[in-house]
Amino acid sequence: MSDVAINTKREKKAQLGRYGKVGHVLNEMDDRLGVAKGGKTFMDKIFPDHWSFMLGEIALYSFVILMLTGIFLTLYYVPSQAVVLYKGSYLPLHGLHVTEAYASSINLTFAVRGGLLMRQMHHWACDIFVGSIVVHMCRVFFTGAFRKPRELNWSIGLTLLTLAIVNGFLGYSLPDDLVSGTGIRIAYSIILSIPVVGTHVAFWLFGGNFPGTVIISRFYILHVLIIPLVILGLVGGHLGLLVRQKHTQFKGEGRTEKNVVGSPMFPIFMAKTTGFLLLVGGVTALLGAFAQINPIWQFGPYDPEKISYAVQPDWYMGFLDGALRIFPAWSFHSFGYTIPLEVTIPAVVFPGIVFTLGYLWPTLERKYTKDNELHNLLDFPRDRPKRTAAGAGILSMLFMLFIASSTDVIANFMHISLNEVLLIMRVLVIISPFVGYIVTYYICKELQGVDGASQRKTPNIVTRTATGEYVAVAAPKNVNDQHVELEAVPVPNYVTSDEVVEATTSGVRTVER
Amino acid sequence: MSEHEHRTPVVFSTAHENDPHMQPAANNPDGMERRIALLFVVAFLLIVAFGYCYWVNAKAWTLGATMGGALFLLGVGLVAWGKYLMPKGPFVEERHDFASSDEEREAFAATIVERGGGVVKRRPVLGGLLGAGLGAFSIAALFPLLGSLGPRPKDTLDKTDWKAGDYLVDITGRRYNVNDMAIGSILTVFPEGKNDDPQAQNQDQVVLIRISDSDFTTQKGRENWGPSGYVAYSKLCTHLGCPVGLYEKKLQMLVCPCHQSMFDVRNGAIPNFGPAPRPLPQLPLKLDANGYILARDGFNQPVGPGYWERK
Repeated sequence: MSDVAINTKREKKAQLGRYGKVGHVLNEMDDRLGVAKGGKTFMDKIFPDHWSFMLGEIALYSFVILMLTGIFLTLYYVPSQAVVLYKGSYLPLHGLHVTEAYASSINLTFAVRGGLLMRQMHHWACDIFVGSIVVHMCRVFFTGAFRKPRELNWSIGLTLLTLAIVNGFLGYSLPDDLVSGTGIRIAYSIILSIPVVGTHVAFWLFGGNFPGTVIISRFYILHVLIIPLVILGLVGGHLGLLVRQKHTQFKGEGRTEKNVVGSPMFPIFMAKTTGFLLLVGGVTALLGAFAQINPIWQFGPYDPEKISYAVQPDWYMGFLDGALRIFPAWSFHSFGYTIPLEVTIPAVVFPGIVFTLGYLWPTLERKYTKDNELHNLLDFPRDRPKRTAAGAGILSMLFMLFIASSTDVIANFMHISLNEVLLIMRVLVIISPFVGYIVTYYICKELQGVDGASQRKTPNIVTRTATGEYVAVAAPKNVNDQHVELEAVPVPNYVTSDEVVEATTSGVRTVER
Repeated sequence: MSEHEHRTPVVFSTAHENDPHMQPAANNPDGMERRIALLFVVAFLLIVAFGYCYWVNAKAWTLGATMGGALFLLGVGLVAWGKYLMPKGPFVEERHDFASSDEEREAFAATIVERGGGVVKRRPVLGGLLGAGLGAFSIAALFPLLGSLGPRPKDTLDKTDWKAGDYLVDITGRRYNVNDMAIGSILTVFPEGKNDDPQAQNQDQVVLIRISDSDFTTQKGRENWGPSGYVAYSKLCTHLGCPVGLYEKKLQMLVCPCHQSMFDVRNGAIPNFGPAPRPLPQLPLKLDANGYILARDGFNQPVGPGYWERK
């Protein structure tokens, strides 16, 4: 039979061998690129199953959504400050002189099908992007994942956070509405406050005194091209280092400094992570559908002499705004020069210190603890009380500053005077890092002494004896609560089965014709 | 086969179907499969609904609800598939040390220091000249790069367009007569002829407030600056340059909505609350023969937020 040339599909398939067309393509690729070995290793890469490892994924996927929705927005947005007479579909603005940037933002919101949804998704995805980076960094910080050999990746991550915040601000500014325009004005004044070079930097950036005519188009190219490219490159580096250095993992049975336990890239992690991309996209779309964000048509166009009341910036700018609100009016003026300390310190020096401390932390901790070992096993936060307490202290302070960005709203809402709110916030911002440190430190110490902390409690069964005595006995653990894990094994390449397979040389069934 | 002889033989692991590692994590895989299938079916229907909503140009929220719902359900289903129906493991892979052998380290360091450094050390003059050339280039390149970006500040920030004799006009260009404003009213004004210029709208904006019906002196030395109770201050907050747009009539305060600095209108706009460090500069006013309000003089100090060169 075999010597008869039968040109059937089955015959052709048999010629391709056990792995069929896919195998053929893989072989061809390996001939040219040598991908088989690396590809196999990559498919076998193990991802730890702990939930806290998905936080970085949220950041990655919200960035994907930012790029997709952002591309949509660029098709309709016009980055120009040229003044036009608005005559689009949103009637309340009819007859107003607005910039093309504002007019096109309104237009893409109302006249383009799906435009409002895309704009709101873009804005929500940005808030989620920055938020998930912060939470992801908290995980990395509190579990000590930044220690040697991963200091470089910590620095890349911190740079990504900075760029995300900056690009968020730039994008927020592009519609040129009243609220964002005021934000640009404040940013301009902050740059002015930098000693010696401030005015020059501000004039370079804005092409002259505020508002000028170029800032929207310059912000635009930074926002849609330059900064996203840098972010994209750094994300590549971040993930590249992650693959090269492999994941950290929590301590546990079978988990050592020399291995990684979890699920392989293909297909388990791939399924979960693709699902997660869809989930993040779904949540963003639902937020875009049901939660209004940044209604620029209600704010109106930017006008240098107009202002809105009780407006807070996007959440990630809150700590800066809060610092600017509560810092005392200390201006330094001498020798014919001015240093506006009331701006320079809260808006330039303070964030500078926080971020520098962030960059230096791995080095400082290495020096201070004299620990120069490689670490692949994570700390439980309670086991490193000083680090955990320090992190909690800094976060408490930043959180209080964030609250301070709403002093006017708090005063209105609670019917207390603005003076009192300001005073209270000043006190809270100063004492919060110390309180945060001390409380966290002692909570950590307490948790260290609790056996089985973080595990679910078992109920006590209380019985009364005949003599009236009460006896409490711990109930046996619920079957579902008992964590039984198998010993981890390498990912198998072949899965054998007892089913009888027809024995033919090619492994393909033959059919009598 | 001889060409393959040098390769290390690779042992691939196998697992039996019944190996507990290969079992799904779900207690009832068939039930889980049905549930996931249901999610996927609903997601499919939602995507169809999305297409329909887009086609008929339905309200924006329907687009988001159908698309978001579909993505969400697909995501839940796919995560559940991976988590409950695929082999539960756990699986392990070994880590390998990054550090190379001592010989390799030695060789690498020697390459950089000896071979590379030797080249430079042997020709120190060339190295220095090349460094000087590239350094000079990077500095020289900054001049056109930065210089073209924007003009030098010079005294731009110190000055406004206000000068003696400028009529106060609102944004439409209308002049104001002494009888035009009631006591307690407020208006944003610009120097006449500049009311349409965005640059001037920012730098020259002034609040005109009538606080009484007789001449008003806000501070010593400003005796004739407030004819018929009209006083005028720069509207740029001295903190960060927001327009000081709120007038608290009861307290006679100008309030900046950005960071809540408050300026005492009756007392030279001295800040008595908030982060603003300086009073709002006051614009001296006078009346012409017909009672129209005009500037007696320009500002006697820079307006707006602080900066290094501010005198």
